[in-house]
Amino acid sequence: MKKPVIDASGVNLTFQTKDAPVHALKDVNLQIDKGDFVSFIGPSGCGKTTLLRCIAALETPTGGSLTVNGLSPDEARKARSYGYVFQAAGLYPWRTIEKNIKLPLEIMGYPKAEMDERVKRVLDLVDLSGFGKKFPWQLSGGMQQRASIARALAFDADILLMDEPFGALDEIVRDKLNEELLKLWDRTGKTICFVTHSIPEAVYLSTKIVVMSPRPGRITDVIESPLPRERPLEIRDTPEFIEIAHRVREGLREGHNA
Amino acid sequence: MKNILPILTVLLVIVAVWYAAAIKMNAPWTYAQAERAGTEVTFSEVVRDTLAQERPVLPAPHQVAQELWDTTVMKKVTSKRSLVFHGWVTLSATMLGFAIGTTAGILLAIGITHNRAMELGVMPWAIASQTIPILAIAPMIIVVLNSMGISGLIPKSIIAAYLSFFPVAVGMVKGLRAPDAMQLDLMRTYSASDAQTFWKLRLPSSMPYLFASLKVGVAASLVGTIVAELPSGATRGLGARLLSGSYYGQTIQIWSALFAAALLAASLVIIVGVIEKITLRRMGMAV
Repeated sequence: MKKPVIDASGVNLTFQTKDAPVHALKDVNLQIDKGDFVSFIGPSGCGKTTLLRCIAALETPTGGSLTVNGLSPDEARKARSYGYVFQAAGLYPWRTIEKNIKLPLEIMGYPKAEMDERVKRVLDLVDLSGFGKKFPWQLSGGMQQRASIARALAFDADILLMDEPFGALDEIVRDKLNEELLKLWDRTGKTICFVTHSIPEAVYLSTKIVVMSPRPGRITDVIESPLPRERPLEIRDTPEFIEIAHRVREGLREGHNA
Repeated sequence: MKNILPILTVLLVIVAVWYAAAIKMNAPWTYAQAERAGTEVTFSEVVRDTLAQERPVLPAPHQVAQELWDTTVMKKVTSKRSLVFHGWVTLSATMLGFAIGTTAGILLAIGITHNRAMELGVMPWAIASQTIPILAIAPMIIVVLNSMGISGLIPKSIIAAYLSFFPVAVGMVKGLRAPDAMQLDLMRTYSASDAQTFWKLRLPSSMPYLFASLKVGVAASLVGTIVAELPSGATRGLGARLLSGSYYGQTIQIWSALFAAALLAASLVIIVGVIEKITLRRMGMAV
């Protein structure tokens, strides 16, 4: 049996706040295999972002065990195991798109020639060739977010952690980026963890959907998607798609009433 | 060019008010002179006299302008009566003090943003330092340094630095803390070191804040230098020019020195503004 890329068992996280401790994650058990596309879906406060941040070692669980590539999240981060895409593109306004993508490469000490070669490759990958010399404000929101994905792909992390990356974009741009993201996932074979609160987005993208609910943040359902890897946008009108979406919605409702 | 009319209007109003005030404030002396001579003066004679006195209470604008012209263009710059000469003395001390103050302010801000103990230990003193009237502390600094054999440019620069480090420090602390949580998290996902986060994120983010405080700082430096020139028995510099003017009742000299100082301050702020524009445009942060 192959080892999971991300393995969480009994993960708990309690934030100490002034009034009362907040139970952000309760007994989270989850295995994510190499090449999975996993969506975390749930209402705000369900801990989906917190779980992603635990995997990225931006938060530390207060209980349970969590490994990434068989390492602790901290070690995995130092081993450059993942690229992280935030809700906002967060490009530096004083750097061109090219230089923004070079940021992690500079920090990680790549040689100059290799940096240029990598920038060119990832710009191609996110369909932004020719925009390298532009400053972020010269690009649309969707293009900025694509640049931020390119930035996360520039170094060879085999895990991509995405925290509602398309949450601030309009529906049409979002559809297009979803389609592109699937192609990119197919081409690169990366393991992707994707936080969202859109049911169609989760069902369309994922091989595995993790339904979560709040107070305390916990997993209520894990759905293995039977949809094929090849997914045109029209797949969203098929009965299989609608059935999965229905199950996700039921899971969310149950978690809400409990 | 649409703005030229309101600007001219304001200028005109100021000049008119100034002339009116000059007539009113200088008139008592004219009447006293006339009374002593036992003559009557008409209003037009009063106006003519009040605008041309040698030591008026308030010199008229054209008198100040004339004095400025005489002491800049018409005098050799090496002359002790040249405002260019005195201006340069003040400017050089201002620039040195500004450089010292800016460096100190930036270093202090870096220390404060990276070390909690320093924030709690140093910041209150920095604030306290600014609550002491500069007029009170300047003579002491000059006397102390003089007893150590340091005089001339350095003591003035230190007082200029004393006034300019604070706005720079406060602005830079804010600037270095400008990156939001997400931008800092991004650096953490790269396992970036503190130094890398500083050079690649904090420092570039702070640039707009730095320039805003540099503008305050450079003007404060000039004020500090002029104040330092007042009590030192100095014979050179705009401050000395102000003081000697007031010793001898040379109000025209005082006012022309004041205007020279104001023009100098305005030019310095404008120069910082131009550098700001060029820098931010180069960085891609200004459209």
